[in-house]
Amino acid sequence: MTLLDTPQTDAAGLGTGTAPAGTGNAPATQVRRKVRGVPRSTVRNLLGAALAGISVALLLTQVTALTGIFGVALVAYLVFVLVYGVLVSLADDAPVVKDAVMTVLMASMTVLALGALALVIGFTLARGWHSLIHLNTYTQDLSNAGPLAPLTVGGIGHAIIGTLWMIGIAVVLTVPLGLVAAVYLDMTRSRPSNAFRTVIEAMTALPSILAGLFIYALWILTLGFEKSGLAAALALSVMMLPYMIRASDLALRLVPGNLREASAALGAPSWRGELQVVIPTARSGLATAVILGVARGIGEASPVLLTSGYTPYINGNPLHGPMASLPFTALTLVRSGSPLLTERAFAAASFLLLLVIVLFVIARKIGGWGPGHLSDRGMRRVREASMRDAARYSRRLAARDGATLTTIPVAIPVANTGTPDDPNQETLR
Amino acid sequence: MTLVATTVPRSPEDLSVDTRARRQLVANKARSERAFLGLTRGSALVVLAVMALVGLFLLIRALPAIRVAKFSFLTTQAWEPDVHRFGIAGIMTDTILIALVAVVIAIPVSLGLSLYISEVAPASIKRTLVSLVDLMAAVPSVVYGLWALEFLQGRTVGVSRWIATWFGWFPLFHVDGADPGNPVQSGTLYSASTFIVGIAVSLMVIPILCSVMRESFSQAPLGEREGAYALGATRWGMIRSVVLPFGKGGIIGGTMLGLGRALGETIVVILIISPVFTANLHILQSGGNSISGQIANLSPESSPFGTSALMAAGLSLFALTLIINFGASAVVARSRSGAVSDG
Repeated sequence: MTLLDTPQTDAAGLGTGTAPAGTGNAPATQVRRKVRGVPRSTVRNLLGAALAGISVALLLTQVTALTGIFGVALVAYLVFVLVYGVLVSLADDAPVVKDAVMTVLMASMTVLALGALALVIGFTLARGWHSLIHLNTYTQDLSNAGPLAPLTVGGIGHAIIGTLWMIGIAVVLTVPLGLVAAVYLDMTRSRPSNAFRTVIEAMTALPSILAGLFIYALWILTLGFEKSGLAAALALSVMMLPYMIRASDLALRLVPGNLREASAALGAPSWRGELQVVIPTARSGLATAVILGVARGIGEASPVLLTSGYTPYINGNPLHGPMASLPFTALTLVRSGSPLLTERAFAAASFLLLLVIVLFVIARKIGGWGPGHLSDRGMRRVREASMRDAARYSRRLAARDGATLTTIPVAIPVANTGTPDDPNQETLR
Repeated sequence: MTLVATTVPRSPEDLSVDTRARRQLVANKARSERAFLGLTRGSALVVLAVMALVGLFLLIRALPAIRVAKFSFLTTQAWEPDVHRFGIAGIMTDTILIALVAVVIAIPVSLGLSLYISEVAPASIKRTLVSLVDLMAAVPSVVYGLWALEFLQGRTVGVSRWIATWFGWFPLFHVDGADPGNPVQSGTLYSASTFIVGIAVSLMVIPILCSVMRESFSQAPLGEREGAYALGATRWGMIRSVVLPFGKGGIIGGTMLGLGRALGETIVVILIISPVFTANLHILQSGGNSISGQIANLSPESSPFGTSALMAAGLSLFALTLIINFGASAVVARSRSGAVSDG
């Protein structure tokens, strides 16, 4: 489809020597209108409006009590949007003006949100950088580093070990329970399972401090155990469980229904279909669910706050004594108010942030594969398994029918199968 | 589901039976099948029991305090449990105020963000944008808290002062003791305020609002979109007449989910705010509180009755967030089909 237009209606008006508007019956030369990319007039309008906004804001700082970078930026932005609307209205009518202004608003909200994210991450990493470059930050604890000790002494080793213990225990508790519960949601579509799903959805937004308060009430007050890493891990588990079930449920629901039906049609009982068809197909989604659940649990300080006291010593025993985690350490150190301890708090926070970002990138990488996507190696494994099955069937058939009736005359090399240029693959797919 | 046996007889033997009778469908499940179903059902029950225990234990532990305070627990603006003068009227108001500030900031930003991602952004950057918004949700709250304390707080004082100077006549923006004529007045009057906490919490709820809204916007039917374009609508005209009406459930539900999340935020509150126990309706003024922040101050040294009073506060927060979340998921579920995908 070509979009043709007479030059005089072109908003840019950059006709190349064609007849001007309204010159009798002379056939107007038609030029192809550009429908891709951003028109030059839009760029000019945006630049002009931006310039106007900045100038007005700077002027206002001189004549009114406008102070602070945020205030200046806000005024500059408002003027920018206003001027841009006026500039567009010079060439176009009301609906186009509205469209242009709203598009600018939507884009600037995106810039605002992502800019804030960049600011948070950048600021934290920049403040934590001084500590993160010292090796002792990872290997030592704060037992012999007072509030005035330099950054070359002491570190957040106790918090790293505590976080590993807590999140490790929480993963051991939540992953099996959460996955099986998600499988329940996937297998049964009934009134109880719908109610269960609703409860889980509501519990994903349970304030994390209440998970800590619950474990405090149950584990410490009622059952009489002491504050420990285990109690903190239990609190994290209560918090992570609904989140993991929900994410796994979403991943399982993405598995095409006809795969289940195919496995049922082949006579597989539903548990075999679930274990050998549905779960392997959703493997990447399930891994993403687990990783994101871990990323969420690892960064929560409030459940740990009530269930495990802070200690500056390395504690390798989750059953006994207080245990610090990374977010909890950052929180405790920054609340102490000492500037050097604040630096260490930023070290803990930026190490935590880096951990979360690494987990997140891994999750994205795996989650980027759709359900059923296999790596090259996975593909090869599946082919080999399929070869073995075919060989087994033919052997069994041969054994049952004797040597007289061999119905599947496929020569299967048992070893060395699955190379990409193996001609047998084509017959088996 | 009713299954009626087919009327066409398949074999001569079938002619003798009444072919119109309803066929009994009895699934004769194998033992392994039943065991597997039992296992999954059992783990679901365990999860459900844990979730029920949360409410139950908060209730049991809260009972001593509630028995003493009775109805005044909802109306008292003080927190002195050891002299039996405590109630959530003050801190609940401050909690809701923080959440409202956060949501009021988050709504326009996430509307713009989700509309940009679902309608405007070129396909090449769409996936990146979605990932970045998800990353925003994954950033730990303590990182937001540290950032708000060390970066945001000092820089918002100017904005707070400006708003208080020009809009101080509006009760919400009033600051007691603000003196616009005094240029060297200390900024501490404007720090540690509900407003600053609200900004930081809004960053945490934006991804929640955004993902729910984006999902509901992307479900606006293609035919109606094209219809709007065919009638000459601009992109914004199409969004206003098709996408927004279809996404209304998502907008409301996402906002409620974000509100529920904002109500329970702890870390930012205890890092920033200077706690008060009365309702401070002046959001720009120093002082505020939240129930979760109050709970975080719980220490083993506090008396059993004080602990019980905090459990009661926790129970009220639990009830409030649960109601909001159930409402939100009901609203969102009504606008979303739960059908399985068919490949």
